[in-house]
Amino acid sequence: MFGLNKKDASLLLIVAGLVAFAPFLLNPFPEGSAMAQFNAGYPDLMQRFVIFGIFAIGFNILFGLTGYLSFGHAAFLGVGSYAAVWMFKLLSMNVLPAIVLAVITAGAFALIIGYVSLRRSGIYFSILTLAFAQMSFALAYSVLTPITGGETGLQLALDDPRILESASASEGNIPVPGLFGLEMRDSFEMVMGSWVFTFNFGYYFCAVIMLIAFYLSIRIFRSPFGMMLRAIKSNQQRLNYTGVNPRPYTLAAFVISGMYAGLAGGLMASMDPLAGAERMFWTASGEVVLMTILGGVGTLIGPVLGAGMIKYMENIISKINSDILHGWFAFLPDGLEDLVVTMIYPFIGKGWHLTLGIVFMLVVIFLPGGLVEGGQKLANLFGRKKADNPKSASTEPAE
Amino acid sequence: MSKGNLTRRGVLKTGAVAGAGLALPTYLSAAGHEGFTNAPTGSTVTLGFNVPQSGPYADEGADELRAYELAVEHLNGEGDGGMLNTFSSKALQGNGILGKKVEYVTGDTQTKSDAARASAKSMIEKDGAVMITGGSSSGVAVAVQALCQEAGVIFMAGLTHSNDTTGKDKRANGFRHFFNSYMSGAALAPVLAANYGTDRKAYHLTADYNWGYTTEEAIKSSTEAMGWETVAAVKTPLTQTDFSSYIAPVLQSGADTLVLNHYGGNMVNSLTNAVQFGLRDKQVNGKDFQIIVPLYSRLMAKGAGANVKGIFGSTNWHWSLQDEGSKAFVQSFGTKYGFPPSQAAHTCYVQALLYADAVERAGSFAPCAVVEALEGFEFDGMGNGKTLYRADDHQCFKDVLVVKGKENPSSEFDLLEIVEVTPVDQVTYAPDHPQFAGGALGSCNNGA
Amino acid sequence: MDAIILQILNGLDKGSAYALIALGLTLIFGTLGVVNFAHGALFMIGAFCAVTLSRLLSLSHEVAIPGQVDFLGNPATRDVPYVFDIFGEALGSSIIDWAVPLSILFAIPIMILVGVIMERGLIKHFYKRPHADQILVTFGLAIVLQEIIKYYYGANPIPTPAPEAFTGSFDFGALIGFEPNTIIYPYWRLVYFAFAAIIIGAVFAFLQFTTFGMVVRAGMADRETVGLLGINIDKRFTIMFGLAAAVAGLAGVMYTPINSPNYHMGMDFLVLSFVVVVVGGMGSLPGAVLAGFLLGILESFASMREVIDIIPGINQVIIYLVAIVILLTRPRGLMGRKGVMED
Repeated sequence: MFGLNKKDASLLLIVAGLVAFAPFLLNPFPEGSAMAQFNAGYPDLMQRFVIFGIFAIGFNILFGLTGYLSFGHAAFLGVGSYAAVWMFKLLSMNVLPAIVLAVITAGAFALIIGYVSLRRSGIYFSILTLAFAQMSFALAYSVLTPITGGETGLQLALDDPRILESASASEGNIPVPGLFGLEMRDSFEMVMGSWVFTFNFGYYFCAVIMLIAFYLSIRIFRSPFGMMLRAIKSNQQRLNYTGVNPRPYTLAAFVISGMYAGLAGGLMASMDPLAGAERMFWTASGEVVLMTILGGVGTLIGPVLGAGMIKYMENIISKINSDILHGWFAFLPDGLEDLVVTMIYPFIGKGWHLTLGIVFMLVVIFLPGGLVEGGQKLANLFGRKKADNPKSASTEPAE
Repeated sequence: MSKGNLTRRGVLKTGAVAGAGLALPTYLSAAGHEGFTNAPTGSTVTLGFNVPQSGPYADEGADELRAYELAVEHLNGEGDGGMLNTFSSKALQGNGILGKKVEYVTGDTQTKSDAARASAKSMIEKDGAVMITGGSSSGVAVAVQALCQEAGVIFMAGLTHSNDTTGKDKRANGFRHFFNSYMSGAALAPVLAANYGTDRKAYHLTADYNWGYTTEEAIKSSTEAMGWETVAAVKTPLTQTDFSSYIAPVLQSGADTLVLNHYGGNMVNSLTNAVQFGLRDKQVNGKDFQIIVPLYSRLMAKGAGANVKGIFGSTNWHWSLQDEGSKAFVQSFGTKYGFPPSQAAHTCYVQALLYADAVERAGSFAPCAVVEALEGFEFDGMGNGKTLYRADDHQCFKDVLVVKGKENPSSEFDLLEIVEVTPVDQVTYAPDHPQFAGGALGSCNNGA
Repeated sequence: MDAIILQILNGLDKGSAYALIALGLTLIFGTLGVVNFAHGALFMIGAFCAVTLSRLLSLSHEVAIPGQVDFLGNPATRDVPYVFDIFGEALGSSIIDWAVPLSILFAIPIMILVGVIMERGLIKHFYKRPHADQILVTFGLAIVLQEIIKYYYGANPIPTPAPEAFTGSFDFGALIGFEPNTIIYPYWRLVYFAFAAIIIGAVFAFLQFTTFGMVVRAGMADRETVGLLGINIDKRFTIMFGLAAAVAGLAGVMYTPINSPNYHMGMDFLVLSFVVVVVGGMGSLPGAVLAGFLLGILESFASMREVIDIIPGINQVIIYLVAIVILLTRPRGLMGRKGVMED
């Protein structure tokens, strides 16, 4: 199907299914119950899941296949978002031109940085990409403030030209991004008993693009081009001796993954029309590296899982406060309740970073192949009948 | 298809009525509903407290959160009532807001505009918050303010000092109680002239981002107006930790005053470095060398330790103020937490109360009604004397404190002493003042 | 001229911090081949050793001050450190005053212990794992260490001043024949520079002139052969790790009076220290030190007003710009060894 083998096709279908039903899957707990705190099925977070999924999928094309570790990938995401917001400011609030320009700009940016950085390999390459990204961040935050908005980020204003749009700002409110009249923030809610499920247009728009991106990445993984990239990873020298120049291939992979990052940036701006310079800071570049490793380097689905995991922690764990904890454990006797709350408190709310750090360590210690390996182990536990599940099907570590 | 963000709690109720357990897709249009985003329908109302909980401003964020928790207690009629007793408006009864019990959700801004917006969005989309407040930097305030405008909820800014928040980036749904760069300049200049004379040569070190720019501009123009000369203004990177290479050339420039347009960690480090380089022991042009920090906070003063002694700056509020409102607030905050509140805590507490009061007076949670109630609202008893929420830009106009690092602190909280309370008239400016040019308030947005 | 000398001093001073951190990192990363993202955290822990010691020394008990009240109207109290009770007020206060230098003694065993535990408990299992795994585990560790410090000490910077004798500055210019008051430099920064020089010298001497150092150097070059010779290289690598941690920690201890330490200071230095190590060249200790000083000096020059006026924003990007230029002109950094982390 779609030129994929059976395994990949079923993986794609499963991912499509998961993505389509995410509003249900991510809201397993009834509204108003104590566990509702763990629900992640609201538009903003669902959008973030798929957008960072795209970012990580793209990053994995470079890192997972060629082994080149770029430590400045967030720069492309940042450039993409700036390009998109500028399109909103100048042209119209339609997301299509914005996203297209975001991808093109990020691709061009990646071409330049990649061309220079790929002259070196290994750690030297990583530091070159890091240096470019840090320079982009520093300049965007300060001297380039007229173009990037600096500290406050680039945002829309009432008096932006928006030449293709007519008199939309007349009500005194800035128009919101949309696709031919459908606004990205449109959503409708479905109520089933005490469950509430939100279906958001922006989310499904991102989801469709993510599925296309995912499909393309499978095709790349399985193509001769992908084989070539793997060859570069396993032994570049031998490739040189056979008379193949690996540089064009790695550069192509770099630009493709830069365009994925730009796509993610464009989508981020489309969901929320503001582009902040922090998007390019090294911690943001480090985050996508961590997402990919956490999920499983070189696996198809791993990076998406890693992205979901980190964003979930950032948005859900950080919002639990001591008040909520007391609510959960109110059934315990007073002394015990306080004790339990005191014990958990350092790991939630403002301590969410701690939990994140611990998760990183636990995953890498016990699941050397990332979350994907966790899935595999589970699958093995339940016998061979689940051999087709997405996680095991995708695991072909390129190591 | 319906538009915008819908009310979860409202939906929930509708759903429950519509038929429990039945898969019943309900298309909801808010127009047929309460008419604004996240209208509270039950017996409670949810406020969103979006403060930095990680990153360099985490301690300031923690103090803000303490203040909010205190405000919620007082609004719900628990505790000693704090400033509710001294507030000039008596609309609040201590029975929640419009009879609805106040609940709250918290989030982490990480002092990044992206993360702050994500956190605010989850409060609006997931938790049904009807108002977002908090923050400890102007970048975050501006970003979240724009988001709230778009979503149709009220934003009550926390600590944000940049002119832009109520200048070029002002929004109809956003309100700022904190003072701004211009006011710092206007309040500081006369005190500086009185203490250091009118013929000083100033050297500015400025944090290289928006807040730094507006502060530098404000201090420059108000000190130049009274006769000072600006020798140089050098931008320093946000990520700088060691300022030695910026401080060292100051003495050679012929300047006799150093203005540090830095905040937070930047300010702690640059001031520490300046003192290390012995600037304060030097004499230039026959005058003692002086250092000025336009925006002070007690937490920063604590980080800089003994280096702040004798250094002038401005602040929004200080716990040692002796008016009734401040005393009541310090009393209830101190009793609950064991130490006096910071200025960030104060502004957040006041913002929460002001919002609640506006809702109460408007008789509705609808953002446009709240905006109307807050615009041009005059009040007193909140620790800053008579205060006006100006309708033109949603900025509070009130007295500004000029403070100085205390020479002999009696405790770890007693770091600043109030030199002068600059009356509000002196710091008031026209809404179209060049430092605030550009941008438009737009019209209020009820969302949905 | 004096402005330039001043910036060279600044550069040497910044450079000593960079060089010290990079030296420790290059022992672990450049030679053991472990991508250690927790190195910044070691620097930070060192700094907090100083904070902890000065807190321990100033542990106090309350004594009521008759006739005074605090901000809530309760009777005011005054804190009297226990050290005063033990050593008397004069000696006691000078012990507290000298807390930072004293912390060196306190920090060395702690940092070695931290380093050894880290290596034995965690890193040891990752020598053979892909770099990706090392990044994830050390990054996780760095976050955990940082959050633990934040939990106990808060996020605000904590002032940790130098001893009274070293505060203030002295007229360096007058010493070398310039007009008085042109080149003024703080005492403590000169102390820091001297301290860095001593540590760097000691590490080099240790690796160069001791049998232990010889074996370690051999082990870096060819671990397998050394192992085949019947030498327990693992144990020596553990000690190396402890050493690296101690170097980073001491850099942190002595840095506290320059900038008040906070829990994320390690992360602030982390990226920079990687840049320094790589620019210096993988596997080269002298390279790391040289790169540290070079970047420090160039950064100082780039922050001069005259330079910024010509090229706005240069102070923001100079380090990365220099890194790019060096890495493009010299494939293995300044003094890198062939084949270390090149693939």
